[in-house]
Amino acid sequence: MKNIKILGTGCPKCKQTEAIVRQTLQECGVEADVQKVEDIQQIMQYNILSTPAVVVNEVVKFKGRVPTASEVKTLLNL
Amino acid sequence: MFDWIQRFADWLIYSVFGIAADTHLAAALNFFVYDTIKILFLLFLITFLMGIVNAYFPVERLRNFLQSKRLFGLEYLLASVFGAITPFCSCSSVPLFIGFVRGGIPIGVTFSFLITSPLVNEVALALFLGMFGWKTTLIYAGSGILLGAIGGWVLGKLQVQHYLSDWVKAMWEQPALSEAYVAEESSFIQRLPGITGEAFKIVRSVVLYVVIGIGIGAAMHGYVPEGFFEQYLSGGQWWTVPLAVILAVPMYANAAGIVPVIQVFVAKGVPLGTAIAFMMGTIGLSLPEATLLKKVMTMRLILIFFGVVTTFIIFSGLLFNFIL
Repeated sequence: MKNIKILGTGCPKCKQTEAIVRQTLQECGVEADVQKVEDIQQIMQYNILSTPAVVVNEVVKFKGRVPTASEVKTLLNL
Repeated sequence: MFDWIQRFADWLIYSVFGIAADTHLAAALNFFVYDTIKILFLLFLITFLMGIVNAYFPVERLRNFLQSKRLFGLEYLLASVFGAITPFCSCSSVPLFIGFVRGGIPIGVTFSFLITSPLVNEVALALFLGMFGWKTTLIYAGSGILLGAIGGWVLGKLQVQHYLSDWVKAMWEQPALSEAYVAEESSFIQRLPGITGEAFKIVRSVVLYVVIGIGIGAAMHGYVPEGFFEQYLSGGQWWTVPLAVILAVPMYANAAGIVPVIQVFVAKGVPLGTAIAFMMGTIGLSLPEATLLKKVMTMRLILIFFGVVTTFIIFSGLLFNFIL
């Protein structure tokens, strides 16, 4: 099972990202462990400059804006 | 350039709604429709252009550039310019700040970016272009960028890194090497839908503020008498600028809501320098921003940061009143 982390300090864009990721997973019928990381010290361990970011199995796959559903599919290899 | 919007507004108000052209209501509605469409159009255009620039020069690239080159002072200006063209999101400013500091970029250069990023943003630029015209927009953007560059340099000279939060200070003392920036491989055509979509999203998120701001502005145009403020401010009392800025800093308003209202103040006699200083204070500094920065800075540093920027805003306001 994939481990997915959504990095973001709690702004609207970060919440949208989490919603899109969860929705896409549900539509594709894929189970994954989705976590929202809001603590800035934890976020910064991933060496990113802009949020929201999507981390799949500890690798930063997407950052800086809200992904579209098709982008989520690509970065999760669905 | 905007004739077509005016024709549309005329057609909508006079023909579709059937309101006589010489009534107050028609004038106010016409003004409202024209300004709203014009500003939304400009906003889309500007966010779209910034989106293209950003697709090719993301902040990661700026960081790597600043790390590897010696620029003899120009790095402050460069960071400030980038702060202006990067779409601003208040929640991104903290990760960005830490990312720069950890990349070994001088604290002053990082502050240059941090000052300009909210101050000169796509929404403010579109509103200024629409409400005040290109000359005032250039003055606002130019002075905002300069203010960021000089403000950052001053903060760097003040050795403010001692007042960072402890965990950030630890990063500052031992900067990690950043990974090489990997450019996205997709072509311009492939990226275009994403950029367009992003521009639409930004426009959609501020539509309500634009409508409310222009609505208030349109209403005020009719009720505040011509030259109303001139009787109080015409002597060019110097203290009005610091007063306006100090009132503005704790206020938090979206540029979309505040600029149309201030435009009316200017039309009714408030000096342009005072108005620009007030808007810089509202847009560039705010209490919510201070709360976010508390995660990475001590209270003392936030006060120094806000103090330096406030001082510079007051100075530029005084300067504009003097020369304009």
